[in-house]
Amino acid sequence: MTTIETAAGTAQTMVLNMGPQHPSTHGVLRVVVELDGETVVKARPEIGYLHTGIEKSCEALTYSQAITLTDRIDYLAPLSNNLGYCLAVEKLLGLEVPKRAQYIRVLLTEMTRLNSHLVWLGTHAMDLGATSVMLYCFREREEILKIFELVSGQRMMTSYFRIGGLALEPPPGWLDRVRRFIDMLPSRIEEYENLLTRNSIWLMRTQGVGILGAKDAIALGVTGPMLRAAGVAYDVRKVFPYSSYDEFNFDVPTRTECDSYARYLVRLAEMRESLKIVRQAMEKIPSEGPIKADAPGIIPPPREKMKTEMEALIYHFKIFTEGFAPPPGEVYQRIESPRGEVGYFVVSDGSPKPYRVKVRAPSFVNLQALPKLSEGGVVADLIACIGTIDIVLGEVDR
Amino acid sequence: MTDRPVEEHPIVQNLRAWDDRAVAEVSQFRGELTIVLPPERLRRAAEYLQAERGLQFDLLSDISAVDRFPIEPRFEVNYHLVSIPLRQTLRLRVWISGQDPVLATLIPVWPTANWHEREIYDLFGIRFEGHPDLHRILMPDDWEGHPLRKDYPVEGFRT
Repeated sequence: MTTIETAAGTAQTMVLNMGPQHPSTHGVLRVVVELDGETVVKARPEIGYLHTGIEKSCEALTYSQAITLTDRIDYLAPLSNNLGYCLAVEKLLGLEVPKRAQYIRVLLTEMTRLNSHLVWLGTHAMDLGATSVMLYCFREREEILKIFELVSGQRMMTSYFRIGGLALEPPPGWLDRVRRFIDMLPSRIEEYENLLTRNSIWLMRTQGVGILGAKDAIALGVTGPMLRAAGVAYDVRKVFPYSSYDEFNFDVPTRTECDSYARYLVRLAEMRESLKIVRQAMEKIPSEGPIKADAPGIIPPPREKMKTEMEALIYHFKIFTEGFAPPPGEVYQRIESPRGEVGYFVVSDGSPKPYRVKVRAPSFVNLQALPKLSEGGVVADLIACIGTIDIVLGEVDR
Repeated sequence: MTDRPVEEHPIVQNLRAWDDRAVAEVSQFRGELTIVLPPERLRRAAEYLQAERGLQFDLLSDISAVDRFPIEPRFEVNYHLVSIPLRQTLRLRVWISGQDPVLATLIPVWPTANWHEREIYDLFGIRFEGHPDLHRILMPDDWEGHPLRKDYPVEGFRT
């Protein structure tokens, strides 16, 4: 117990350690909370428990090998991180990716957004006591993981996007599976809404909780649904389009209430927008065409060519032993992940290994807003505040 | 991507008109503009870039350090800025020496710099003058060395 001076006189406060092992911190997060009774006086997030040195490891791998590490940064949005990294290296190389591959990338990253938002909704609702929503959300998420498995052979760590295009041709009939899913999901979103949107307990736990205004959000570097729930329509897909997003028709949902409930509504609306994008992408994807850029020495040659052409065999050997060397320079590629702006700063020194890879992780930056969201509220709302940020601790600590 | 000479870029011209000595070097690669500043002018230039009506760089996306060991000055620190209202981006860069690397904090301009600067302090050992809470963020508090420096090995045991 420490005595602190307040405007009303002196008060007794208690310091409480929440975490690192705590179910509602969605990973390994420790928050040192100073409490005055039930009121949070101070909340200080302590991070680093999941630091695995991904940025350092990238420096010891070739450009292609490093893709496998980007999956592991954010386990709920592996494809978004694949995309950010691949786009950065492609920019460094000055490589143009075929349209077909671009559209497939858009489709799959939007499926990733749905996947991530479903897990967010399920866990956030469970934190606040609505267990059934979690079960429903994971049921739908399973379908998305099955589609990822169908396309790439992996449910989570897909590494499906490669520098210059995609790893392999998606199997025939995969789009029917996608269609079945997106035809089903709107009614399921209705179901979640029926359970939560006008549920009085849900409203009491989220409305007016974790207020973060536009000015504070921008000052703290907060991006993604958190910023859009404060009324700022900043979405990298619209503002700095990449991978042909400028050819798609979608809205950027915003709210002005700046609270937890507004973030819930923004994320639900975003799921509907993602469905719109997936639908358009399905129409745009040509049934045939290259999925890799034409860049000998960078893109591995097709298997059949290796058996008949000497040159292809040499390229294959060189790419997988020494890699390829982009020109010296540096690029910063930003994309919109489910959590906000993901940035990849890749520096090349002209060798086959990246000189430096820096990941701008939205979870890391958004978590900085936790004291702002929770201080002055009650301790039970701290859980709501952690949930509403939608952090992935793997991404925070990298 | 633009073909016009980088010196004629409106952001560069605006900054030069404000203080010619604030711009040490400008370059453009793959359509991304980089302005190199002398470290002692960083703080004032940041305030100007944020407040000036024609620039309005309100969002600091990221701060990334790069170790150019054994070149001296050894460290480069990159600030990635976005102007949400004007839809433009900019990279600011400062070079700092490997001997006693120290830089002014930008927390008063962009509060988000707090954790970014702590991370750079932790992983590169660059100190930020005026930072209210400068201690390790990702590595344990009693860790020795700064892992992202180029003279720090990727794997191995400490002897």
